Amino acid sequence: MTASDLETPLIGGPQPATAGADRALDGVRVGVVTFPGSLDDRDAVRAVRLAGGSAVQLWHGDHDLQGVDAVIIPGGFSYGDYLRAGAISRFAPLMEQITAAASGGANALPVLGICNGFQVLTEAHLLPGSMIKNNSLHFICRDQRLRVENAGTFWTADYADGEEIVVPLKNQDGQFVADNRTLDELEGEGRVVFRYVDGNPNGSRRDIAGISNIAGNVVGLMPHPEHAVEAGFGPDSSARGDVGVRGGTDGLGIFTSVLKKLVG
Amino acid sequence: MPRIVVDVMPKPEILDPQGKAIAGALPRIGLTGFAGVRQGKRFELTVDGDVTEEILEQARHAATTLLSNPVIEDVTRVEVIEEDGQ
Repeated sequence: MTASDLETPLIGGPQPATAGADRALDGVRVGVVTFPGSLDDRDAVRAVRLAGGSAVQLWHGDHDLQGVDAVIIPGGFSYGDYLRAGAISRFAPLMEQITAAASGGANALPVLGICNGFQVLTEAHLLPGSMIKNNSLHFICRDQRLRVENAGTFWTADYADGEEIVVPLKNQDGQFVADNRTLDELEGEGRVVFRYVDGNPNGSRRDIAGISNIAGNVVGLMPHPEHAVEAGFGPDSSARGDVGVRGGTDGLGIFTSVLKKLVG
Repeated sequence: MPRIVVDVMPKPEILDPQGKAIAGALPRIGLTGFAGVRQGKRFELTVDGDVTEEILEQARHAATTLLSNPVIEDVTRVEVIEEDGQ
């Protein structure tokens, strides 16, 4: 039985992998963690399936990663952002498994944190720095142009260094901060993975939108690639030229990257 | 019941947007005597019984692991207060 057998298909809900999908990619199982208050878990599941992989829905309170090959910690407001965004989620039983597996040397588990997921990864100390309120104090929701600064990670290998993408940005606590020594380390080690282009939306230090750990298996970013994976449901623009209304799919490469890396 | 108070403040070098917003609102209600505002958090941990050194140590541990994020915040106080007083 597959996950799609378990629920009535909804418009915008998780869909089966696209027709003619690559059988090898289909064999890659990507877990998507749901916390109380997660919002974008279903979008992340859809993104994995549209990229050709198999999505596995995981519950934060479980102790079992179900043998998944990679994990996505999705956006939302886990635990209502109480205390600090990500502060309580970080201690969820499944996070202990994820933290251990993500730190596991050569065969470390690829982990992607999107928005609130990025905040969880910094609270879990899998990634350095932290997010504070946007310098404008406003919740920001807009299509955002980013530059892929490092196409060598598990989650960016399908892009080229310096390639630009447009994906939605939507958050209140999106200002990335870290001390200067940490920022210099991130820059020096090529761990700034995404940078804001055409203006810094939230005051993030050095225009940083996403970073990785040293091994490149753990990546976190504030904007939402999972909202730019299917024509008809994406942003109105793309870094690749005119795409028409809601035609932007620049985020899909994030998900094809990890699938191909794990197969290759 | 005795309580342990934990105060957490944003680090001095971190811009505190909420404090800044409050500082901007004070003159609007006619209060112009303040040069700045920083907003922190106060936690009260209630103890059932006496506060032993071990419980105080647990409170310090909670303060630096769960209650604050050392990247952006400092624990500025971990202190026992009596029933009614400060």
